[in-house]
Order: sequence, then C-alpha cells, then structure tokens
Amino acid sequence: MEKLSHIHSQTVVLPQTDIDTDQIMPARFLTTTDKEGLGKALFSDWRYDGNGEPLPGFPLNQPGAATCKVLVAGNNFGCGSSREHAPWGLVDFGFRAVISTQFADIFRNNSLKNGLVPIIVDAETHTWLLSNPGAEVDIDVATATLTLPDGRKLAFPLDGFSQQCLLEGVDQLGYLLSKADQIDTFERERAWKP
Amino acid sequence: MSGKSLFEKVWDDHIVIPESPANPAVLYIDLHLVHEVTTPQAFTLMREQGLPVRRTDLTLATLDHSTPTVPITGLDDLDRVTPPAQAKQIRQMVSNCADFGVELHGFDSDQRGIVHVIGPEIGATQPGKTIVCGDSHSSTHGAFGALAFGIGSTEVGHVLATQCLLQRKPKTMAINIEGRLPAGVTAKDIILATIGRIGVDGGTGHVIEFRGSTIRGLSMEERMTICNMTIEAGARAGMMAPDDTTVEFLAGRPQAPQGAAWDAAVTRWLSLPSDADATFDREIDIDISQLAPMVTFGTNPGMVVPVTEAVPADTGNLSFRQALDYMGLEPGQSMQGTRVDVVFIGSCTNSRLPDLRAAAQILRNRSIAKSVRMLVVPGSEIIKQQAEAEGLDKIFLAAGAEWREAGCSMCLGMNGDVLKPGQLCVSTSNRNFEGRQGVGGRTVLASPETAAASAVNGVITDPRTLL
Ligand code: SF4
Repeated sequence: MEKLSHIHSQTVVLPQTDIDTDQIMPARFLTTTDKEGLGKALFSDWRYDGNGEPLPGFPLNQPGAATCKVLVAGNNFGCGSSREHAPWGLVDFGFRAVISTQFADIFRNNSLKNGLVPIIVDAETHTWLLSNPGAEVDIDVATATLTLPDGRKLAFPLDGFSQQCLLEGVDQLGYLLSKADQIDTFERERAWKP
Repeated sequence: MSGKSLFEKVWDDHIVIPESPANPAVLYIDLHLVHEVTTPQAFTLMREQGLPVRRTDLTLATLDHSTPTVPITGLDDLDRVTPPAQAKQIRQMVSNCADFGVELHGFDSDQRGIVHVIGPEIGATQPGKTIVCGDSHSSTHGAFGALAFGIGSTEVGHVLATQCLLQRKPKTMAINIEGRLPAGVTAKDIILATIGRIGVDGGTGHVIEFRGSTIRGLSMEERMTICNMTIEAGARAGMMAPDDTTVEFLAGRPQAPQGAAWDAAVTRWLSLPSDADATFDREIDIDISQLAPMVTFGTNPGMVVPVTEAVPADTGNLSFRQALDYMGLEPGQSMQGTRVDVVFIGSCTNSRLPDLRAAAQILRNRSIAKSVRMLVVPGSEIIKQQAEAEGLDKIFLAAGAEWREAGCSMCLGMNGDVLKPGQLCVSTSNRNFEGRQGVGGRTVLASPETAAASAVNGVITDPRTLL
C-alpha cells in the first residue's frame, strides 16, 4: 500500500443511495485471482452498454473523471457483499477517497486496508457536494480534515490506528504478527479450546 | 453495573489484547471458513511473506461460489462444464489448501456445500465461538450464539497468518420478535419484514441480538435464515441465545464435542444467553402475529411488501425510480400476478432440508407453469442425499424443475447459472441487487413456499392459496 497523506481533486458524483458492492464490482469479475486491473470493471453494468461501449451519461465516463480521486456517493455506500474487489476496483480506477453520509461496515474496513479513505460528512455538506459535481476538495489525512471549495474545513471521523496505517502505507498484518507472543499465551491459557 | 449481553460475553472471551483509544482490540478467531473466491489474494500474500497458516485445525475450506451445480466426476472433468477463469480459481483453491495443509471439502468430499450450510451441518459452528469468513453471510452462524461476521480478503490473510483480527467493539441492538407465525408465513418473511422496517442501513455498526418468544420457538434452520440476512440490514452480525434447540441440533454432529467434553460444552453454551439486566444501545419490538408472506419489489432487500399488496407509490427518490425501472414494475402495480420467468430455490438463506420440504409440499402432484424455468439447488451434498432419500428430488423433477448439485449457483451467478437480461426470478436467496443473478436479471426475494407457488402459477403467488 502506498503512503497517503494528502488528496487534492475534483469530485465525481454518484447520487444513488445504498450503492451495493455488486454494482461497484459485479460478481462475474470476482473470478480473478489477482487484485490488479479491476478499475476497468468498476461499476461495469452502469458504465457500459450491452456491447461494452461506455455510456456517455454515466459520471465516470465524462471528460476529466479519469483523473478524479474523490467519489461522492449517496447514503450507505458499499452495502452488501464483503468482496474486497470493490475497493480494489475503486483504487485501481484512481479513487483515493469516497465521501458519503454512511458506509457499510465491511466496505469501510476493506477500504482502509487499501488506501481508500471513507469520509463521513453531515447531511448538509453531503447535499451540497451531491449537487456540485466537479467541486475541488482537499483532504488532509494527518488531521482528518476535508476542505471545501469555499475554504470551510470539516473534521471527519478516522480511527487513529487506520490513520497511521494510511500515512505510513503499511498493512496491519505486521502489527498483528508482532503480537505473536500474546496470541500464544492466549491460546495456552484460555479456559476452553475450540 | 448491568449484566452482559450474549455478544459481550463472546467478545470478552476472545480478547487477546483489549482495545485502547490508539489501537483496536486483537480478537481471537475460533473458526475460519474459506472458499475459492475471496482467498486467492490472501494465499498469495502468505506465500510472498513466507508465512504458514497458523491454525489449519481451525480452518475449514470448501468449494461453492464459482462451482458448477451440474454433476462432474472430479477436478479433471471441470473444464467440460466450467469457464476457464472459474476453473482456474477452483484449481488454485485446491492447490492452495494442499500447499498450506488446510482440509478442503472438495469434489471428492461428501461434506462439500455452501460454506454457511456445512459449518453448522458438520457441527463446526458452535455457541460462543468467533467465526469469520470472506463472505458477508457469515452472520448465519450467529443463530447458534456464535459471534460471526464477514471479512475482506486482506483480513482473510490476517486470520490465516495469526488467527486474529483487529476490531473495534461494535454497538448492540436487540430486536424482540413476538407473536405466533401465521400458517404459510416463514422465518424468511420475518427477516424480510424486519429489513423493510429498519432499512438496509438500519443495523450499521451494530451486532443485533434477535430475542423474544417467536425466536425461541423456531428451529435452527429457521433461526439461520433470519441471522443469514442480518447483513442485509447492514448489521455487523446477528446472534441468538443458545438453548435446548441449539444443543439438540448439535448433538452427535461429526465436529461437535463428545463424551465429557460435550457435557462441559453444553454447560458453557447454556451460560451464554444475555443476562436479564443486560442493556443494548438500541431496542426494537416487532409483532409478527399478523405477518403475511413478503416479496421484494425493488433492488435491495429493504424494498419489500406483503405479497398481497402493491408496489408502493413513487417517493420521487432517484434510487427508488431507478429500482422500479430496472425491475420493470410500476408504482401501484399489484405484486400478485406479476409474470415470473425463473424460480430459484437455494442459497445459504433457504437451501436446507426443511426449505426443500416446504417447496416440495407445494409442488407435490402439481406442475410448474410451462413458461417457467425452476432450479432447485441443495445447500450441501448431505442435504442433497437426505432430500433424495425422502424422494423430494422426484417431486421436483416430476413438477418440471431441475435438481442440481450443491453450491451457491444462481444466488450470485458466478458459475454460469444466470438469468437472461429482463428475466424475472422469484428467488429464495438474499440479494435482489441489480444484476446479482445475471446482467439485467430481475430478482424478487421470497420464501421457498412463495417461490414454489409462483412457479406453479407462472406469476407471483400468495403461497397460502396453494397450501
Ligand atoms: S449462497 Fe449466495 S449469499 Fe450464500 S455464500 Fe453463496 S453466494 Fe454468498
């Protein structure tokens, strides 16, 4: 995972609520045994017609979208399946942050492990961002702040541990492996054994 | 100080290192279920870092998601019926399990099946355990009083390597369900109605404990159907108190404790239910005594109505309109009488023996409508054999349905069992998302009874008219 401290980008907007991970990454792309290249399949059924041609009206197909790093989406983004292929696809496309009013738990967890920052904002800010696609925003991971085009700064919730992992670009596995002694002790001393 | 809830007891029992403001808790995992779709990247990572699987004895592997449901003679026969990408994934799972010493219930095992069906079936799922899988319907195992939840592939790697996960403690919610289930109304209808009530994000951040007299009266299979779909309300997990029904279900299962260990386990299990003075962050009461069979009309499981009712009025909401457009339905249109192309009985929600019996009961001495294609896919090889021993396969075949090998099949359409664009399927699975059962396919979630009745009439049907 690359280090991630700062994001400055225009936004792409998908206003639908409850966008599930089957839309983000349809199951037929889950046959891959790698993580790479999933950006092409991102939102496939909304993005391409039956012949695989890009649908011009879809926000991700509009000029400039390919360089955007921030997606703004309707409430409860990433619900449904636990497939990590969803954040892999978003990151492969180029996104580094998603802004919504709520994220599904598993999706949020998966995102933070892949250098994709889930940002929860209040309803008013959300409404403004939804109706202003292309807004230029600034995200500072170290202070967990989102800066809007008018200069207004908003703090967003970000667990300190995940924040550190994003900033240092490390996977959490190393931390868990460093606790091997305590895991050994737990296994030895617990009252019952599975 | 108030007492502890079932969740808190299981959580506290698995804390290797408690959480602090700076760090999440290190939580020990008692059972790790793995399948072919969400593990390849995790095994690759293990290989790159030279790590062994820490507890192969706590890891249970199967083939289900991209696995064919037509008979094959073994791995060598795979390419005849399976596209190359799926076949590669299955073969990679077989070699990953062999390389890392993980026992795999593959094509040569008579215990192969959908991961959330076989765990309970072989007795590996037990009260008080922490259970995870790279699959969101891990919530199914909560029916036994286990803390069970879905994880991503990175976390699959964490559990393979350390048998632990980094977790923040979720909030708790109690859903009290009271009342006697009316005839023809099922556990599936209870959970669909519950999701309709609290919404697809109603449980986000929470572990839900289902309580109340209705739950206590349900079989383990019915309880699993409810916990299975807890994730569709966004919840981290669903749980139910272990009781005599739980103990009876597990007695004698291959991986259940035996002898003195069984007695000790039962004593421990029956101490797990929430204390009388336990408190929850949220509580909801639901009365199901007037419940009707439920069907979804939209593209998430919260868009649900009683089968006797019509599609709700347009809310003006973009997602609502997009959902109805996708489904080819109009506000105010009656659900009953809507034309059905395909009926799917299967998935980890409703593919167990009582589900198959309920569907067969409706199909006995009847035929499915000529225009309908019906697939019946048992959840496991064991269920398949039990169903065949009872002659259920004959009833399905005589009615005109297809009788398949165990697997996920048309629940997510990875193995080639898919809808054609525009086809409408009444399905006993758990997700009616756009394209879930095939590009352009339309899914109506329902109970096995409603699905079977709809197959007979060729239109969405209230099963109570055919009981
Ligand atoms: S049956 Fe469906 S929901 Fe269940 S594990 Fe398989 S794909 Fe997932």
